[in-house]
Amino acid sequence: MASLGSTRRSFAPWTDPNAKAYIRFDNVTKRFGDSVVVDNLSLTIYEREFFALLGASGCGKTTLLRMLGGFETPTSGRILLDGQDLAGVPPYRRPVNMMFQSYALFPHMTVEKNIAFGLKQEGMPKAEIAERVRQMLKLVKLEAYADRKPHQLSGGQRQRVALARSLAKRPKVLLLDEPLGALDKKLREETQFELMDLQQDLGLTFIVVTHDQEEAMTMADRIAIMDQGRVMQVATPAEIYEAPVSRFVADFVGSINLLEGTLLEAGRSGARIRDVSGAEFGVTDAGEGQVGQTVWLAVRPEKVRVTRQRPADVRNALEGEVWDIAYLGDMTVYNVKLDDGRLIKASSINSVRAVEDALTWHDRAWVSFAEDAGVVLVR
Amino acid sequence: MAGTWGRFNMVSLVLGFAFLYLPIVLLVIFSFNESRLVTVWAGFSTRWYVAMLSNQGLMEAAWVTARVALISATVATVLGTLAAVVLTRYTRFRGRLLFSGMVYAPIVMPEVITGLSLLLLFVAVDFERGFATITIAHITFSMCFVAVVVQSRLLSFDRSLEEAALDLGATPVKAFFQVTLPVILPAVIAGWMLAFTLSLDDLVIASFTSGPGATTLPMKIYSSVRLGVTPEINAVCTVLIGMVTVGVIVASLVNKRRMRIAAGR
Repeated sequence: MASLGSTRRSFAPWTDPNAKAYIRFDNVTKRFGDSVVVDNLSLTIYEREFFALLGASGCGKTTLLRMLGGFETPTSGRILLDGQDLAGVPPYRRPVNMMFQSYALFPHMTVEKNIAFGLKQEGMPKAEIAERVRQMLKLVKLEAYADRKPHQLSGGQRQRVALARSLAKRPKVLLLDEPLGALDKKLREETQFELMDLQQDLGLTFIVVTHDQEEAMTMADRIAIMDQGRVMQVATPAEIYEAPVSRFVADFVGSINLLEGTLLEAGRSGARIRDVSGAEFGVTDAGEGQVGQTVWLAVRPEKVRVTRQRPADVRNALEGEVWDIAYLGDMTVYNVKLDDGRLIKASSINSVRAVEDALTWHDRAWVSFAEDAGVVLVR
Repeated sequence: MAGTWGRFNMVSLVLGFAFLYLPIVLLVIFSFNESRLVTVWAGFSTRWYVAMLSNQGLMEAAWVTARVALISATVATVLGTLAAVVLTRYTRFRGRLLFSGMVYAPIVMPEVITGLSLLLLFVAVDFERGFATITIAHITFSMCFVAVVVQSRLLSFDRSLEEAALDLGATPVKAFFQVTLPVILPAVIAGWMLAFTLSLDDLVIASFTSGPGATTLPMKIYSSVRLGVTPEINAVCTVLIGMVTVGVIVASLVNKRRMRIAAGR
C-alpha cells in the first residue's frame, strides 16, 4: 500500500504492539470548579518521540502539559512516566522540564545564571556547572551573551535561553508550551527545524503544545488533536491530514470540502455515494460507512481540479461558476459555486508563470476529483 | 493645547505648591534664624542646631524614635510582605475577602481609634507601656501600608517565574527567596521606607501607647511647642523633614528603576 507522507525512518513505536509506553495518561480528568478542562483522557507517548498537542485555545492542551509538569493535579486518573505514577510528586522532583510560553527567564539573573539555576539546585559542583553552561550556550549559539540580562536580549535570543535553561538538567522529557508563539514568522520557521535537530541529536522526548497546525505538522512525529478536553485523533501529521477520522479533525487541519450524501453501496471494488444534490460519486474506500448511512465525503482543495470542460476520464465532477479567486503566488485558490449554492474550494499549484485562457470570475467551470482523492467520514 | 504652559496652568501650579510647601519652607528658613524670637529674622546662624544636639531630652527622644522606626519598619515589612504574598497567591482560601479587608482596615481607620484600641489591649493584658508597646503599635499600623505596596507589585509578577524555579528543582522556599523576593525586592524596600517614615512622624498612636520611660521625637516636639515654639524645635523639624524627604526620594527612585527594567523586559 502507498504510504501517507514520509515519517522518520524506522521510528514508529506506536505501530509496534510490544513497544513500551513512556508517558501514559490513564483516564485523566481535570475540573476547575464546574468546568471540565480535561475529560477522561487517555494517551500514550513513546520515548524519543516528538509529540504535539494541537488544539484551539481552551481545549485543555496546556492543562494537560501542566499536569505532566506537576503544576496541576488531575481530579481523577493517573499519569505515569516510565512506569512510575507521578501522583504526589512535586514539580521540583519530576524528571521533566518545561519551557514556558512567556519563557519565564529570571529578570534579575544573567543568561549564564539563568541556565545554571537548575544545576545549582541539584548541588552540582561549580566546575561542572560552568562546563555544562558553556555547552548549553554553545548549543543555542549564545556564547557571546552569557553576561547579558534577559531584558537586553531579543525575542529570539530569549527563546534560546529558555530552551537552554530547560535542557541544562538533561531532563528525560521536555515540555514546550507554545515555544515559538512569540517569534515572528521567519524566525519561527528557522527555529522549528533547530528544535527538531536538537530533539534528534539529544534523543529526548519532546511534548509541545501549540495552536499552530503548521508548526505541529512540521515538527511532530505524532499529533494529538484536542477539542473540549478530549483527544479527537492521534496520528502522524500525514495521517491526520490525509486520513482524518472525523469532520472536526478534517476541518481543523487545513481546509476541506465536505460533501454530504448517502452511501449507496460499498464493496471490495469501491463504493458509491449520492450527494444531497443527487449527483453520484465513486470512491475507492467507504471507510467506516454503512450502506444507507449519511456520510461526508471529505476532499482537500488541492485534490480538486477546476477545468472549463468536464474532464472525460473522471467520474466525480460537478458544474458551477467561478465565484472567487485568491492568487497566493505559489498557488491559486478557486471558490466554485455549484448550481445548488454549495461552495467548493480548489487549489492549484502555479507551476508555470503564465497561463493562456485562464479562468476568471463568473466563468462556468467543472470541479472534479479522483475516486481515491477523498475520505468517507461518518462522524 | 497640550505641551504649552498656559497662564492658568502656571498660576495653579504655583498656588498649589505654595499652599503645600510654604509653611515647610518658612520652618526651614527660621531654623537658621539667629534670633530667639521665632518670627523675627535676625540673620543666619546654625546655633539652634548646636543647641539641639546638646539638648539631652531631645536627643533621647530622637534615639527612641530611631529605634522604634527601625524595628517596627523591619518587622512590618516582613509581616506585610507575607500578607501580600498570601493575598495574591492563595486566592481561593476561605475568608480571603475578610482577611484582605482586615489587612487594609487600619489604613482608613482613624489613628485615634487605632491608638485607643491598642491602649485598651495593652491595659487589658497588663502589658507595661513603653518602648515595646510603641513599637508593636507601629508595626500594627504600618504593616498594612507595606502589604499594599508589595501587593501591587505582586499583581504584575509573572507567576510562571516561580513555576520555572520549581520546575528546575527549587523547593517552594528556595523559589521564593531566590526568584520571587529578588524580583519584588524594590517594592519591599519601598514598603520598608514607607513604614519607617510613617513610624518616624507618628504622634497620635505613640501618645496613646507610650509609657513614662519612652517619649518619641514627635511627642517631645508637640509637648515643647505647647510651652512655646523655640528655634531649636525648628531645627529638629528641619532634620526630620530632611530624613523623610530622602526616604521618599530613595523609595521612589528604587521603584522607578525597577519599572524601567520591567518595561524593558
